[in-house]
Amino acid sequence: MTKIIIDGKEYDLDPNLTLLQACEAAGKEIPRFCFHERLSIAGNCRMCLVEVRMGGRPGPKPVASCAQQLRDLPPVKEGQPLHEIVTGSPTVKKAREGVMEFLLINHPLDCPICDQGGECDLQDQAMAYGHDKLERFKENKRAVTEKNMGPLVKTIMTRCIHCTRCVRFAAEVAGVDEIGAIGRGEDMEITTYLEKAVTSELSGNIIDLCPVGALTSKPYAFNARPWELKKIESIDVMDALGANIRIDARGREVMRILPRNNDDVNEEWISDKTRFVWDGLKRQRLDRPYVRKDGKLTEADWPEAFAAIAARFATTKPERMAAIVGDLADAESIKALKDLMTALGVVNLDCRQDGAKIGLAPDGTRGPRAGYLFNSGIASVEAADALLLIGTNPRMEAPVLNARIRKAWLRGNLNIARLGPPADLNYPVCELGNNPADLIAIADGRHAAFETLKSAKHPMLIIGMGALARPDGAAVLAACAKIASATGMIGPEGEAGWNGFNLLHTAAARVAALDLGFLPGQGGRDTAGIVAGAGKGEIDTLFLLGADEIDTRALGKAFVIYLGSHGDKGAHRADIILPGAAYTEKPGTYVNIEGRVQRANRASFPPGEAKEDWTILRALSEVLGRKLPYDSLAQLREAMASDAPHVAQLDKAPGFPPADPAIWRAIGTAGPIDNAHPFVYPISDFYLTNPIARASATLAECSRSSAGRPLASAAE
Amino acid sequence: MLADKDRIFQNLYGFQDWRLAGARKRGIWDGTKAILEKGPDAIVEEMKKSGLRGRGGAGFPTGLKWSFMPKQSDGRPSYLVVNADESEPGTCKDREILRHDPHTLIEGCLVAGFAMRAVAAFIYIRGEFIREREHMEEAVAEAYAAGLIGKNNVHGYDFDVIVHHGAGAYICGEETALIESLEGKKGMPRLKPPFPANVGLYGCPTTVNNVESIAVAPTILRRGAAWFAALGRPNNTGTKLFCISGHVNKPCNVEEEMGIPLRELIDRHAGGVRGGWDNLLAVIPGGSSVPLLPKSICDTVLMDFDSLRDVQSGLGTAAVIVMDKSTDIVRAIARLSYFYKHESCGQCTPCREGTGWMWRVMTRLVKGEAEVEEIDLLLEVTKQVEGHTICALGDAAAWPIQGLIRHFRPELERRIAQKRGAKPAIAAE
Repeated sequence: MTKIIIDGKEYDLDPNLTLLQACEAAGKEIPRFCFHERLSIAGNCRMCLVEVRMGGRPGPKPVASCAQQLRDLPPVKEGQPLHEIVTGSPTVKKAREGVMEFLLINHPLDCPICDQGGECDLQDQAMAYGHDKLERFKENKRAVTEKNMGPLVKTIMTRCIHCTRCVRFAAEVAGVDEIGAIGRGEDMEITTYLEKAVTSELSGNIIDLCPVGALTSKPYAFNARPWELKKIESIDVMDALGANIRIDARGREVMRILPRNNDDVNEEWISDKTRFVWDGLKRQRLDRPYVRKDGKLTEADWPEAFAAIAARFATTKPERMAAIVGDLADAESIKALKDLMTALGVVNLDCRQDGAKIGLAPDGTRGPRAGYLFNSGIASVEAADALLLIGTNPRMEAPVLNARIRKAWLRGNLNIARLGPPADLNYPVCELGNNPADLIAIADGRHAAFETLKSAKHPMLIIGMGALARPDGAAVLAACAKIASATGMIGPEGEAGWNGFNLLHTAAARVAALDLGFLPGQGGRDTAGIVAGAGKGEIDTLFLLGADEIDTRALGKAFVIYLGSHGDKGAHRADIILPGAAYTEKPGTYVNIEGRVQRANRASFPPGEAKEDWTILRALSEVLGRKLPYDSLAQLREAMASDAPHVAQLDKAPGFPPADPAIWRAIGTAGPIDNAHPFVYPISDFYLTNPIARASATLAECSRSSAGRPLASAAE
Repeated sequence: MLADKDRIFQNLYGFQDWRLAGARKRGIWDGTKAILEKGPDAIVEEMKKSGLRGRGGAGFPTGLKWSFMPKQSDGRPSYLVVNADESEPGTCKDREILRHDPHTLIEGCLVAGFAMRAVAAFIYIRGEFIREREHMEEAVAEAYAAGLIGKNNVHGYDFDVIVHHGAGAYICGEETALIESLEGKKGMPRLKPPFPANVGLYGCPTTVNNVESIAVAPTILRRGAAWFAALGRPNNTGTKLFCISGHVNKPCNVEEEMGIPLRELIDRHAGGVRGGWDNLLAVIPGGSSVPLLPKSICDTVLMDFDSLRDVQSGLGTAAVIVMDKSTDIVRAIARLSYFYKHESCGQCTPCREGTGWMWRVMTRLVKGEAEVEEIDLLLEVTKQVEGHTICALGDAAAWPIQGLIRHFRPELERRIAQKRGAKPAIAAE
């Protein structure tokens, strides 16, 4: 610890803190533009200048407080007073005012038409440090041509203050050296060099990082002012990471989505899909019930739709009924559907649309929770020193997690290998080929990867759905569990423990659905069985809770009830459509890959006659004569907690599961692995993985431009 | 006046052979092994005693700088980097060493590199120096061939010398920007701390020295610190290369004792000011970065670090730019402002924005198209740049203007008044 005086008061602080952080610890606010906690230090904006008095004498010149650590200060001489950081002296104020003036002289006075207005660092800090002589700059202002940064990021480069946050983010976090500065001096310009979109799934974060209005959101341009927006804290469902988001809504309309800080989950990044999906919330919406009459879907009202369902259910035997939960469902509606189906005696239930062989023990009972979680926790990726990716492409399946892996790699002691098809992850990976049966070789210690994992202190597996959603998925899972046991990946519980056995889901609803046991009951069919059964006429009635990723054309003559928010594949095939709420329109519980239970909040209301999903199920249950025992969300959540107590523990990851061998033997089913079929990644188009994303024009544009296809010109 | 026997650079004018054979005749590479046998610490101590101050402009004691290098390696090698990116307007001293006396520098690299336990020296040569690079490369090849440097050389200390050719950016003469450039990156100064002696080239301990500082080291060590310290004045010892240019009868480079009166330097070596001493308007005594001196100060000032600091200027690179009364002094300084605006790297705010602003105001002041208050505004802008930047380029851009306002404010006001007179103000204004 280092003793230091900050503005007259003595503090004892960690010598690794920068002067800026020390001042913040002392409650002093230091203005800054280029400094950002999660990026390297550039020290170029010069706004954070402070005065450092050594031995009681004023320093020769102000110091950029972001760029110096306390331990960089020379030792205090014997008998001399402690060093003092002065943040409010006239020298400091004058220096900052000078810097502010320099930033403003070439900054356009277009705040009234700037989308950053109201949440602009430059605007805010100009209130404190802009002096009243600003009109003394009599020269012409600099103008800079706009740069093309693709469909997501709008540039007004005249506003740029050259803080280089975007450059550093692209190079450090996203791992693409595609943003940089060309030119020198006042001619320096930030550009993507080739005038094209940055090839990163995280590119939208530079919009948040930009302290001024140089980089703004293109889809959001001129749509709203920040002070008009209602800001709702919520949870993202575009992938299974459970990124913390803030939904900004005006009236009934979601205007934009921003990240929230959560060091354990998404730090402060979100993927482009998360950020720009909001226009998909307004398109293809199911806003009233529909009933298929004479082969055509016709508008109906709720009683009519319910009556049609009741009529159908009355004539169908439970064993000829089935229900599938989709990827975006909240835990409450899963619970309500499960209770309803159980009351009806239906056992053909599944939440694994992709057919992943998880959640069940070899004997068909529910498997241990550790068998389908990201057990190490997301933040612990940074502690890993050896990582084997099995049939997963985290860049597509969870871009923010991929950035975390890259961060660990950047620190220099993470060895990464992959069993699966090659794909660029923005960090180097040792390719082990794509022979799934190699897993058995690794588990038996007959493969070089075994030694690497065994000798590592914190080894880690990340197993993707590409390895598990296949007929031999249970054998793959068992082999992975064996690798984990054999290489000492499953350590003790608790703070000092470790568990590197990690599954990476692609569906936000998956873990909650597994936790609530939305799985085939005794003698029940799984997704493939249900679809095949429907095709063969063995399943007569199928209830889809937002399930659009199954092969809806293979459902034969089955009567399909679709409860969901968007008119996607499931709704097209449906005989009855029940309009539900999208994730921004309902309070919902989601459990992320690491088992962290998080609550989403309602930012706006569902359109038209659409309702929150669980209330629809509750109302339907009454019509069916199987009234669900809860009348309010609170009662439903209580019921959920009695089923799965951990679902009531919010914002808490479960921690490392016990090393009990009985648990680890019950994961997967040992068996042969099919080498003839290599692993295939589950996501082929990152931007179009769910019904909401597929309804988004922005993401469609991203999909087009990332695939290198020419822009659509019909609309122009 | 410096006696011929005390000259270090005996082939400054290129009258003799610059190659190894000629260099040996001038005593270069003589007894180098004996110097190394004194050991690194003794060499550093001797350099400290000589009082040599860095010849690149800042005047930091060279021996002290060498002593910052780690005595015990932590596994990383140490490097010596020679700053031959001589780009300061008015300065052309290192260039003469590079092309006429390259072996003094190579010998200096070995001695200095040995003293700081470096494994190699990188000589970063300014992009525009084509012949100089050719001579350096040839001289280095000669030194390798003769076993003077390289593996298993006659001096018993394995040492490599690598010549690197820059791309011609002034900012790359700043030591950390030079290191960035040498690493293949864009030449932008780094933040300090960490200082290069801890984290320098490729993250290894590095000392960056000026060509002249390194080139004088072997002679100092051969002839002894006492000899060097006896020349010049206390704290400003030894000899120095002066570059005299501008309105003098015979512009030249000359090696002289530190502390020589400016007037004597000009009169004796450069044939005096064009039209006589009384025709002198001002002198920039140390390269374009330092504030100019009006004639009244030039009459008496001594040419060394401390004397020039006392008159609010600096010795800098000892590039004496002489301007007689025919000079448009405002335009001259405006041209320097353009230079700094052009050479600012653009990394940090005050320099990026300030250099352009200062240049534009200066351009208007040349014609008097300004308000009188703008002189104070300009002065304030220079103060807002000075001391607030990552590297010293901001200071260098500010000082010439501060010197101009300090000494020639009446001239600036006269031009404004004249402009007003030429175009009478309209009553409504």
